Amino acid sequence: MELAEILDIQPYSLNKTEKERILNSFLMDLSRYHYEHCLPYRKMMDSINFDINRDYSYSELPFLPVRLFKMFELNSIPKEDIVKTMTSSGTSGQAVSRIFLDRDTSSSQTKALTKIVSSFIGSQRVPMIIIDSETIIKDRNLFSARGAGILGFSMFGSKRMYALNEKMELNTGELQAFLEKYKGDRIFIFGFTFMIYQHFYKELSKSGVKLDLSNAFLIHGGGWKKLMSEAVTSEVFKASLKEVCGINHIHDYYGMIEQTGAIYMECECGHLHAPIFSDVIIRRAHDFSIAGIGEKGIIQVLSVLPKSYPGHSLLTEDEGVLLGEDDCACGRLGKYFRIEGRLKNAEIRGCSDTYATTF
Amino acid sequence: MQQHFNDITILFPDTRLDIEKFKIQSATQLFSEDAVAFLNALSKEIIKDDLVRNFPDVATFAFFCRKANILQIKKKYENEDVIRLGRGIVFHVAPSNVPVNFAYSLLCGILAGNVNIVRVPSKDFEQVSIIVNAIKRISEKEEFKLVVEKIAFVKYNKNSSATTFFSSFCDVRVIWGGDETIAQIRKSTIPARSYDVTFADRYSICIINAEEYLLEKNPEKIAQGFYNDTYLFDQNACTAPHLVNWFGTKENVQKAKNIFWTELYKVVVQKYGSVQPVIAVDKLTALYNQAIKSDDTRQVKTADNLLWRVEIESLTINLVEYCCSSGYFLEYHANSLSELIPIITRKYQTIAYYGFDRYELNKFVLTEKLSGIDRIVPIGQTSNFSVIWDGFDMIKTLSRCCQII
Repeated sequence: MELAEILDIQPYSLNKTEKERILNSFLMDLSRYHYEHCLPYRKMMDSINFDINRDYSYSELPFLPVRLFKMFELNSIPKEDIVKTMTSSGTSGQAVSRIFLDRDTSSSQTKALTKIVSSFIGSQRVPMIIIDSETIIKDRNLFSARGAGILGFSMFGSKRMYALNEKMELNTGELQAFLEKYKGDRIFIFGFTFMIYQHFYKELSKSGVKLDLSNAFLIHGGGWKKLMSEAVTSEVFKASLKEVCGINHIHDYYGMIEQTGAIYMECECGHLHAPIFSDVIIRRAHDFSIAGIGEKGIIQVLSVLPKSYPGHSLLTEDEGVLLGEDDCACGRLGKYFRIEGRLKNAEIRGCSDTYATTF
Repeated sequence: MQQHFNDITILFPDTRLDIEKFKIQSATQLFSEDAVAFLNALSKEIIKDDLVRNFPDVATFAFFCRKANILQIKKKYENEDVIRLGRGIVFHVAPSNVPVNFAYSLLCGILAGNVNIVRVPSKDFEQVSIIVNAIKRISEKEEFKLVVEKIAFVKYNKNSSATTFFSSFCDVRVIWGGDETIAQIRKSTIPARSYDVTFADRYSICIINAEEYLLEKNPEKIAQGFYNDTYLFDQNACTAPHLVNWFGTKENVQKAKNIFWTELYKVVVQKYGSVQPVIAVDKLTALYNQAIKSDDTRQVKTADNLLWRVEIESLTINLVEYCCSSGYFLEYHANSLSELIPIITRKYQTIAYYGFDRYELNKFVLTEKLSGIDRIVPIGQTSNFSVIWDGFDMIKTLSRCCQII
């Protein structure tokens, strides 16, 4: 099956058997493509004696640790075909992932994202509020994860407003004016989990300004690490926002710069769902075997989109739990799961250097 | 203790340390009777503690402190034609993640006749408490007064200015813990005549003669020894081999490998515990990193992530970049010892061996004038402490000579 055909399938419409039939052959072909076009990928596959001529099911495909994209420039296209280089938002001094996109991969990412998101909020463009500052997307040459996220989701907005100024302060006045203007319309709100909590919720809570967003649809992502330290769970997050703006529809998503596009959206039941374009496999640390339902493990992500770089099968640094497959109460088919957080730093013995971390 | 340090915990003596009084303690001669008696008493005191059963590393230290062992070591320093005395104040910075190391460092400081300030790991280790508490108990005896007056244990985290303070007046500073730590500690200056004894990042290797190994009646014992060399400290001690070099015919090496890794794996399963998720990812990353940078990297499939094997077909100088931890081994089939020469830089510390005779190894080190390798020991003994460590004779390094003509 061609990628274009897969992108036409409704994201949550196929069951396990149908999905496996499509992904097995497509992802195997993609592996062969990268084996041919990316020398580092070929060397990695050779190092584990992976027989590229055999047919493997996608759960048997090797996976690359996402960290490798911080260590090497991995791509399967000639340099001149690169139209976008995306980078992860590392803190200063930290190595960042660099992901190279050509026109095709970039556009299929957009298509997949559109399919997934519009299955939640509808295909009609609606007024959109971005809980971030516009400065983050000004430098178009270097797409950080945050900038890429905002730009990716921006296509769902008919009119867009950035709710924060460059000092990350909430423009309450403009926000109220925007809501007044589009009164009665369905509003789409997008932002990063921590930003929303820190600069939107806390600010509204402090100022006592009440907004009416009862008809709005909020999508947020970027992880819970910072909020966990403030003991803000998903439930607390939802309840807090409802309190300050009456919002009822709040959906988290799980995604990463290394596999942009085929994101995992949270459903009405609070579960993250794999669309037809991608899948998760939870693996045991002990031997990388596949963990059972309810068993915590390292998250492997697979996606049909990465063609310009060998990122179709990746081992993340996150832990998660598979909750089920094809039987979520929300009605969506495919796997649904929960994130448990980042892998813990190792506690290792020995006299090698640990100054930076332990001392 | 000076008023302005409220972020230091004094573990010994009591909670107060009169640093001015401490500083004027005099150095003594080497292996003083008091010191030997003190260590022997410490050995007995530690063994009395029921907790020791859980900590073989503490038991090993106690065993090392016995009078018989110390006197054996002393013999090697008896026939010098110079007088040796301690240098004065030694400031020991112990590594943060090897619990008992601080005690060995102190032992060298005491035997070399010094006054010792020991910074113990900031993390709480039971091993540290057992040893410090034993010292506290015997410190009340009058006969050890002179020795215990010369010992202070301090604990503080990296933000404290205590390192700068202790550095400002020490005669020797002993820094364990690797390159990064050394660079950090060296930001604090020491007096003009003082110097640092540093234990930098080092790497170790193993050599096995397959023919000899196949004759071994007790491969379990060798596996146990190799386990202690590596897994006991998550293969993260500088003494832990990362590269195993096999010698012998292809057939014998293959047979020997099978037995060796099978036996090792049995010990690992029995003793090591589980694989930390991030370590599993580290190992896979290490393999792919090496695969990308080289042309001859081949993983040998093993049962699980507890033990990883990676075969290479050539020895290159950058092999140290490919090390990982907690059970990740590179393997090479070598034709002769001389093949190792080009890769042995000063970064290399220990060779663990099986099936070679000492004469042959002696000849190898001397004729090849290796720039690295400070210790060559049988498999199983890489982490055994010796007062000669990392190429330093600690007794001589921590003492000064006085010449009388």
